[in-house]
Amino acid sequence: MGTNPPVNDWSSDYDIFDEDYVRDPSPVWEELRTKCPIAHTERWGGSWMPTKYADLQAFARMVPALSSKNVLVVSQKREEIEFDPVLAEYGAAVPPITSDPPEHVPMRRLLLPLFTPKATEAHRPFTEALCHKLIDRFIDNGACDAALDYAVHIPAKTIAHVIGVDEERTDEFVGWIRGVLEEGNTDLEKRNKYNRILRQFFGELVDERKVEPQDDLISHLLAQEINGQPVARKAVIGMCNLLLVAGIDTTWSSIGSALLHFAIHPDHRRRLTREPDLFPLAIEEMLRVYAPVTMARQVTEEVHTSGVTFKPGDKILMNFPAANLDPEAFEDADKVILDREKNRHIAFGIGPHRCAGSNLARMEMDVALRVWFERIPEFELMDPDAVTWAGGQVRGPRNLPFRFPSPA
Amino acid sequence: MRVKVDPDKCEGHNRCCALAPELFDVDDYGTATALNDGIVPPELEEKAKLAVQNCPEYAIEFVNE
Repeated sequence: MGTNPPVNDWSSDYDIFDEDYVRDPSPVWEELRTKCPIAHTERWGGSWMPTKYADLQAFARMVPALSSKNVLVVSQKREEIEFDPVLAEYGAAVPPITSDPPEHVPMRRLLLPLFTPKATEAHRPFTEALCHKLIDRFIDNGACDAALDYAVHIPAKTIAHVIGVDEERTDEFVGWIRGVLEEGNTDLEKRNKYNRILRQFFGELVDERKVEPQDDLISHLLAQEINGQPVARKAVIGMCNLLLVAGIDTTWSSIGSALLHFAIHPDHRRRLTREPDLFPLAIEEMLRVYAPVTMARQVTEEVHTSGVTFKPGDKILMNFPAANLDPEAFEDADKVILDREKNRHIAFGIGPHRCAGSNLARMEMDVALRVWFERIPEFELMDPDAVTWAGGQVRGPRNLPFRFPSPA
Repeated sequence: MRVKVDPDKCEGHNRCCALAPELFDVDDYGTATALNDGIVPPELEEKAKLAVQNCPEYAIEFVNE
């Protein structure tokens, strides 16, 4: 990041990996929304970037003209994937996020029942105990890195628990998914390296469960059928891979952004302590303002829309975070209103690919913030310059040095 | 007061069920339905309004009878 020439014109030459943009993209979106709501760039292989809520609502539903086969901006050549021995053995797709009709819905329907509100609530006690355990480790120090000592572990250990993989290995998992989504977002060699590790890990696990089923998610998926046929082994490997990759960086980002917000807005922090009934609406507002995820689509047939023409092969950024700040869709869109009553945010996307894990993410955020506020109601950011950000397609803070009064 | 969910519009964000569990349920695939024939008792009117105003798919509306 930051190695590219600086951007002079965001409407025709934007760079989603630009350091200032990663730190705070909202001024760019605001300018584009009034000037050129669908920007274009040739950087990183070329893409389009819509910024208006109405456009995002429409584009996310243009299926399969805007295909999900390729959801990352910087993409790998198909032949490189096909000739990679690990990917050839264990598959490269991550269904259903990379699926189009007709296979998309049946794949998605295998996962959705595992992430209903009821199913995810069943994991709440695990996440609650985890959050307390994490805070126990640093509360006496009066300081911590809220991103690295707290936020990251919550989705990592919860999703490991949900999938049924070794929770002691989550530091490794976090390294792998950061390798794919953060360093690997622009560095294909790195992405490949970590993709191979992930594929091999889940490939071997799936093959073990095939021989000896257990009472876990992988065995459950292997026992399912699509159109009377058992689910393909590569599809199960891909789904596990997806759960881990999509389940960590994203929610880590949301929890971190929310904690940062409350660290630097004492009025909001104290209001939430005084009025804990506000948690559900406040969490949705955090999701709206700090939405972390921007998936991409690839055009398969020419589309004329909103004054632009998308040509086959073009990439479109599903810029849901910008849509959430559109003043045409939200009153006082640039203000954080903890008890915002009208909030049709699309942080979890919209259309047929709406985040399948949204209920789990919401539960994790709820527990993460409630337990934090219960144990550490007063906290502040030590050094604003020490906050680091990941960005591009998943945006969130990766270092958050906090201090707080340690308990007597 | 009554609410109605359009199952063709609902994409399963489950915001209604999270904000007003007394009024909405969701099936295994996230598709919402209004409980109790959509009838909203007076004490739940505020919650019903929240559910309508927070649906990203505009799938819930009040119906007049």
